Amino acid sequence: MAEATLDQGDLMRTADGTPLKISIARAMRRNKLKALALIAPLFVFILFSFLIPIIDMSLRSVDNSVIPDVLPNTVAALADWDGEGLPPEEAFAALAADMKAGRESRDIGKVATRLNYELSGMRGTVMGTARRIASVDEGPYQEALIKANKDWSDPATWKLLKRLSSPYTMGYYLNAVDMRFDVDGNIEAQPDFRQIYVDLFLRTFWMSILITGLTILLGYPIAHLMATLPLRYSNLLMILVLLPFWTSLLVRTTAWIVMLQSEGVLNDLLVWVGVFSDDARPQLVYNKIGTIVAMTHILLPFMVLPLYSVMKTIPPSYMRAARSLGANQFTAFVRIYMPQTLSGIGAGSILVFILAIGYYITPALVGGTSGTLISNQIAYHMQQSLNWGLAAALGVILLATVIALYFLYNRIVGVDKMKLG
Amino acid sequence: MKNTLRYTTVGLAGAVTMAFAFSAQAVELGVVSWGGAYTASQLKAYHQPYMKANSDVTLNSIDYSGGLAEVRAQSEAGNVTWDLVDVVVSDAIRGCDEGLFMEIDHDEMLAKAPDGTPPSKDFLEGTLSDCFIPQIIYSTAFAYRTDAFKGEQPKTMADVFNLEKFPGKRTLQRAPINNLEWALIADGVPAKDVYEVLDTPEGVDRAFAKLDTIKDEVIWWTEGAVPAQLLADGEVVFGTGYNGRLFSAIEEEKQPLAIIWDGQVLDIDGWAIPSGGKHKDEVLEFVKFATDTQRLADQAKYISYGPARNSSLPLVGKHAELGIDMAPHMPTKYADQGFLTDFQWWADNRDELNERFEAWLQQ
Repeated sequence: MAEATLDQGDLMRTADGTPLKISIARAMRRNKLKALALIAPLFVFILFSFLIPIIDMSLRSVDNSVIPDVLPNTVAALADWDGEGLPPEEAFAALAADMKAGRESRDIGKVATRLNYELSGMRGTVMGTARRIASVDEGPYQEALIKANKDWSDPATWKLLKRLSSPYTMGYYLNAVDMRFDVDGNIEAQPDFRQIYVDLFLRTFWMSILITGLTILLGYPIAHLMATLPLRYSNLLMILVLLPFWTSLLVRTTAWIVMLQSEGVLNDLLVWVGVFSDDARPQLVYNKIGTIVAMTHILLPFMVLPLYSVMKTIPPSYMRAARSLGANQFTAFVRIYMPQTLSGIGAGSILVFILAIGYYITPALVGGTSGTLISNQIAYHMQQSLNWGLAAALGVILLATVIALYFLYNRIVGVDKMKLG
Repeated sequence: MKNTLRYTTVGLAGAVTMAFAFSAQAVELGVVSWGGAYTASQLKAYHQPYMKANSDVTLNSIDYSGGLAEVRAQSEAGNVTWDLVDVVVSDAIRGCDEGLFMEIDHDEMLAKAPDGTPPSKDFLEGTLSDCFIPQIIYSTAFAYRTDAFKGEQPKTMADVFNLEKFPGKRTLQRAPINNLEWALIADGVPAKDVYEVLDTPEGVDRAFAKLDTIKDEVIWWTEGAVPAQLLADGEVVFGTGYNGRLFSAIEEEKQPLAIIWDGQVLDIDGWAIPSGGKHKDEVLEFVKFATDTQRLADQAKYISYGPARNSSLPLVGKHAELGIDMAPHMPTKYADQGFLTDFQWWADNRDELNERFEAWLQQ
């Protein structure tokens, strides 16, 4: 063996004669493959349950393929139209043909729904026209369509169709920031009485920030106590933190309703003590206060636990050293103890803030009108109005903001300084 | 330890194979409904008798909270696992337009009345639509606490909007639907003209202006169980709710509440069959059974919703557990005091009015 190595000069070889370099590379490759195989299930799971659905959903926010798909002839006929007055007879004939085909394939309803998002009442126009035009076999189609529904004599209807001819649209994003296209395709603000989303976004952000602040305020002393008290007391405290954490979200939310409602426990107590008179009970739930109180309580463990795990690692001798060097209790706490807990505050804040910004069921139950968040509108458009394009646009805006804030946080605080335990 | 694991795995695999083998013989249908007392009434009136008579069919009851999101998702994924869905008529129309539901030939596919009347004549007028098989008529109406007011009790929609005569908080659904109609009725518009007035921009403004007068005293609900709870807790003195929920609060829980039938909005709930399902024939067979005259009348034994067939009305008997006569609790009995919601109008205007309503709430 030693001779063989010497014979080959500078090349180191293993027992079976393969060069050591190749052998090591092979072993490394095997290890890498093993490592890959170990994470493969997780990767595939995340890909299919997380990444693909998110990408698919966000693509819907710009998707407008239904119009070119179901009305191909109309789109082609309108391509050369200059938008002045009514389009030529070919466009009317094309629309009639597309509508007949769409009625046959039962796709015309999708067009009706899509157009109705842009202009209320279009659903009825399209469905009614499709029903009536089915029995018309020859032109002139202009007359027949206008007879079926007088909206087709309005150039604005045709301009809308022309504007939506492209397979992509910015319409949902405009809608999500309270803007819209006017008849000529220029961007304008929605009328006052339809502006809701920008306010909701702003409210969602400031309430999430407020709730994060409150959890720091309430969670910090608890975590500190848990980290410094003798084990038997701190264990008890830990259980008090964890028990609600393990309790169902709905149960905790409903419990807060019982506590806060005007005939509820807290109000009864306040009236009994004499803070308020019986007929002037304050409204503590079904508004902002309800949402803030319930969400702060529900999210508190997400702040306490990272704080606790960081505080547990701070040796008490540091504080004693500071005291022995002449700092008073307060200075020692602020200048020695608190800076060491920053990583825990950072971790807790980002957890609580990101959870709060997407919170849905608690605000829906206790938020009333002033305490609901943007996620409730997203849920409405997913479940009720079926306007998935708008829901996707709202969701993408929310996601983009959270990612932007995360990068900002990384810049200022540094994610590597974050400590979850 | 390793061996135990291996045997367990083999055993499980065997069990799964057996389960598949069995299910190959018997058909399992996924029947989706709203849950709670409502699904319970369907199980007793439809599912259990049907499974007794057809031992090869198993009906799996699945709960959902309404809306078409799941149906659309299944349809887009090409894997339709819900065979039959209980929907409100507005969702049925919306889903029908989008091709999510199968079209129904009512006379062909459903049972005739005992006297031979075809289904298209037997179901209540105006309730049939292309993909929809009506089942019950329910209503959304106001209830009030009978201990809240001394002397005169509220009777009309105008009373509900009268804060001076009947002070106190109200709870309304957080949606424009029904509330705009009620505001107009309280403002003096006859029920039959409501949609004509609402179809003009001035009419909508008028409805919002009337809602403005009570806005400060309203708690808005989104979950159907909430209004009865708020009324029971004394949080509010008036509340809108589905008449079945109000019935159980009054008759089963003995709450001091009474229903104001004036201005009640009648709505229809029924079955729709998602297109692309694997068991079309079996589902149709079940639906034919579940919507025949006797079955619809039977359901009223368990819940106070009115049957959607004329021929079922005389057969409505007593409540199965409470023993009270159900006929006076059917919303259809007071149909002349209310009106049928105009689903086509709402299908056209819902998106815009919802945005306007939400914006109005925030003002």
